[in-house]
Amino acid sequence: MKTYSYFPGCSLESLAESYHISALATARALGVELEVLDDWNCCGATAYFHIDELLAHTLCARNLAMAENTGHDLVAPCSGCFKNLYFTNAELKKDPDLAEHLNFALQEDNLTFQGTIAVRHLIDVFVNDVGLEEIKKRVTHPLKGLRVVPYYGCQLLRPRKDHEDLEQVTFFEDLLSAMGATPRMFPLKMHCCGASLIVTNRPAALMMLRNLLQCASAALAQVIATVCPLCQINLEFYQQQVNREFGTSFAMPVLYFTQLLGLALGIPPGQLGIGKEVIPATPVLSCIREEAVPTHS
Amino acid sequence: MPNRIDFRQEIINLLHAANGKSLRNCMQCGTCSAVCPAAPFMDYSPRALIELIASDLKPAVLASNAYWTCASCYLCTARCPRGINVAELMYGLKRYSIWRNRYRRSLLGPGFSKRFVKMILRTGRSFEPSLAPAYVLRYGVRGFLNEALMALRLLRLGRMPMRPHRIKRIANFRRMVNRIVPILGAT
Repeated sequence: MKTYSYFPGCSLESLAESYHISALATARALGVELEVLDDWNCCGATAYFHIDELLAHTLCARNLAMAENTGHDLVAPCSGCFKNLYFTNAELKKDPDLAEHLNFALQEDNLTFQGTIAVRHLIDVFVNDVGLEEIKKRVTHPLKGLRVVPYYGCQLLRPRKDHEDLEQVTFFEDLLSAMGATPRMFPLKMHCCGASLIVTNRPAALMMLRNLLQCASAALAQVIATVCPLCQINLEFYQQQVNREFGTSFAMPVLYFTQLLGLALGIPPGQLGIGKEVIPATPVLSCIREEAVPTHS
Repeated sequence: MPNRIDFRQEIINLLHAANGKSLRNCMQCGTCSAVCPAAPFMDYSPRALIELIASDLKPAVLASNAYWTCASCYLCTARCPRGINVAELMYGLKRYSIWRNRYRRSLLGPGFSKRFVKMILRTGRSFEPSLAPAYVLRYGVRGFLNEALMALRLLRLGRMPMRPHRIKRIANFRRMVNRIVPILGAT
């Protein structure tokens, strides 16, 4: 069993608790051990980078140094946390002066950054370390006929972490196929959910959400699958407001990819946080296997 | 070498520090503005903003809402054919406008970021409800009622954060922060 250090991030403590419990449950079912990082702190979100870069890196460096002490790579389920932790790790590895500066601060918590681990996103671990073939083998309840759009969002992919392709990405579709679901073409799959603009510029965020929901609807999706708590929260909590603002009538459930994967692996819905949605997913999930795949594309 | 740098050079230096390619590479193609999902809400599009910087029009740049309307989706950065990290430029301008205390007072972004930073310094983790009060009335009484109804809904679903979670070694955490930026006074 491969073990990782796991960084839940602040959202997963309450607003996105379903992501947390479904991540742990599916990982266990796939033979992956996620050890919650002890005493982790906030990654700084975008706000710290708006105020002071060095301070933002320091917050991430503390988490990285604690993960190094466990000897395992650090896995984040939130795209925002992942991006911040990833780039602080990369910056500190290539800039010894910066590392020295931050290590001076880390002394206050008896920690040292050494640059010995990698930072990964949860979906990357499932797709590339566990592997799609292995996942397919473990699927006991294929999500037959369930039309899902894979919503990658932004920071899982951007900015580019290494040399990977940013334009023709399909691993999320492939993962949905491995679950037995039907991934639908989703042209806005890598567009923004509005992120914190939902607080600081509500009209802009609502328009971005409207566009995403329109696109998912046009794709005949029954569910939007997400890899990030902020995307999930914006798309779900503010869907009604989008309807009021634009005169639309969207009622699109938004689930974490781990919840869908968990169902396919035969984990009971209650153990995946299903039932805690603002827009209930149970109606569409209950017609799995009953509804045929639409023949047109 | 002139001993006084102009605004354009100042911003180029900001980007240099962030490992970005020089703004001088910009050929004003407008790809950044075309792909930006927030551009319709900006007074100057990203392309126009870069032109303002290149023209040394500092007051117009500092009065703009453009960079505070950026959601950090990095589509501009991914698509720029000249390799300019446009999203990082937006971050740089946000920091610059806060350092200089020169941003449009009607913007919610700067206050939100400052409040968020202070919140983390208190407990080490985010506690969303403590950020809400400053914004609930911003979108009118109806907006407030909508937020209140959603909060009740989340409460019933067991998704509402009930109390701030304080990390165990918060004292060390605060001393660590103080070694980088002495914002907490003597702790």
